[in-house]
Amino acid sequence: MIGVEHYIVVSTILFVLGVLGIFLNRKNVIVILMAIELILLSVNIQLVAFSAFLGDLTGQIFAMFVLTVAAGEAAIGLAILVIYFRGRGTIAVDSVDRLKG
Amino acid sequence: MDFAQSLRLIAPEFILSVGGLVLLLAAAWMGDKASRAISIASVAVLAAAAAFTASVLGSGAMGADTQAFFGQMRADAFAAFAKLLIFAAAAACLMIAPRFFDRWKAMRAEYPVLILFAVLGMSIMVSAGDLMTLYIGLEMNSLAAYVLAAFLRVDSRSEEAGLKYFVLGALASGILLYGMSLTYGFTGTTSFAGIRAALASGLSTGALFGVIFVFAGLAFKIAAVPFHMWTPDVYEGAPTPVTTFFATAPKVAAVALLMRVALDAFGAQSDAWRQIVIFAALASIVVGALGAIGQTNIKRLLAYSSINNVGFILVGLAAATPGGASAMLVYLAIYVAMTIGSFVAVLMLRDAEGNQVELIDDMAGLSRTSPGIAWCLALLMFSVAGIPPLLGFFAKLVVFQAAVDAGMIALAVIAIAGSVIGAFYYLKVVKVMFFDDPADKVKGANDWAHWALLIVSTLVISPLGYLLTGWLGTLADTASAALFLAA
Repeated sequence: MIGVEHYIVVSTILFVLGVLGIFLNRKNVIVILMAIELILLSVNIQLVAFSAFLGDLTGQIFAMFVLTVAAGEAAIGLAILVIYFRGRGTIAVDSVDRLKG
Repeated sequence: MDFAQSLRLIAPEFILSVGGLVLLLAAAWMGDKASRAISIASVAVLAAAAAFTASVLGSGAMGADTQAFFGQMRADAFAAFAKLLIFAAAAACLMIAPRFFDRWKAMRAEYPVLILFAVLGMSIMVSAGDLMTLYIGLEMNSLAAYVLAAFLRVDSRSEEAGLKYFVLGALASGILLYGMSLTYGFTGTTSFAGIRAALASGLSTGALFGVIFVFAGLAFKIAAVPFHMWTPDVYEGAPTPVTTFFATAPKVAAVALLMRVALDAFGAQSDAWRQIVIFAALASIVVGALGAIGQTNIKRLLAYSSINNVGFILVGLAAATPGGASAMLVYLAIYVAMTIGSFVAVLMLRDAEGNQVELIDDMAGLSRTSPGIAWCLALLMFSVAGIPPLLGFFAKLVVFQAAVDAGMIALAVIAIAGSVIGAFYYLKVVKVMFFDDPADKVKGANDWAHWALLIVSTLVISPLGYLLTGWLGTLADTASAALFLAA
């Protein structure tokens, strides 16, 4: 029998993968955008699972809002990335080093 | 509560969203040559929203009458206090922008519109009564802020600041969201009142993780240590008017949101989060003070200064009393005045070609070349350092008083020691301006808007500001009473 705890474990694994994807990735900023999507979707799995488990619709409505915001966030992230690429000619993570101190 | 009543309660947000949309159309229609007119119209929209908000604060509205849409939004005196600070800071950031961007021929009509949408998001944040409203408001603010950070497209530092802010801000939102979903799962509701009722009987392990993740996400947004690493880079890279905006309005909104979440939703379990807040407060004070030492760029220095200030604000939160909340609001108001003043002074420093002067070494001998700016900046720096009789001292006094009243004497003592370390680098700026040989870099005249903002903020933080403290204290007490009544 698959219970709510299985869903929590799956979503936590996906969440941790997403966070690691941001910090361990040294190649490409696009991968970071994918990791951010992974984090938001892992939260969605958890919200929907809790919603079904509690018999309460709030979680599913929340998940809809998260999906909407995730779309907007991806659009803005890609737009910033396009500007960045125009300026530098690369989107390698190592190139993001002009500000430090 | 009927629908019309709810709509009346969200009048400021309504004005901001309609105003923002209309001005966005106007910006698309008329192009960048209309950017000045749209800036002025945006300030008018902010003023209209502020007029509706001021009456809420003046009447001290609180309780069930202020809950709109079944408690999703709370238009009480606490939200009104934060909103007025946000509107004022945003209006100042609109006034100083055109001149900065004109130098790069990059003043676009979208800038005031983005500020309006960010302000709308912050306004929703501070009046949130539910995790969903909180999230929507926070994202609305953040998405506009990411674009603003990358606004100066000809400058590679601005692009990089936008990218860094986006990645780390999105990560913070993800962490916050994960905490909110755990909180929802283990309490069965997303409304602050419901969460408070569910947590009153005890805190399960799952809910504890939810609380920790929510605090971590919000600590990112207010730039508290250990989640502060993005701050110096973003503050340095973003265009200076945008940095001014980031250091004031979103900071007020995020701190007010943190207060609402901590004292209302998680208020029944203050022992569970107090340790986190105390750690974040002390770490922010120390890291902010030590990190600023050795900085050569004034914007980076002010970024560390803002981290340092967040630490002092969190001292008030650790007290978790109405007095502590009121002290935090007073601190926020004075912090906004000091920060706007400091950044306006930095914006006024330009070399002969009109480029911004940002290196501290280039400010050497400013007291001889531009005495007006040098004296104002010196007073502001003394005030941020908390030296009496300037108003920055009063801000620190009230938060320490609240901590001592709550029996947290050790916390207050360590925080005071930290503020002494912090005084070192503020005084260094004053020393460079007044006692070093003139570098003769800063030239050029400034327009009346900059002078007016600089002089007003300097007057507010000068000893004359103490005339305001009685009034400010009463307003902050009303606001904090509204926060605790809901709780």
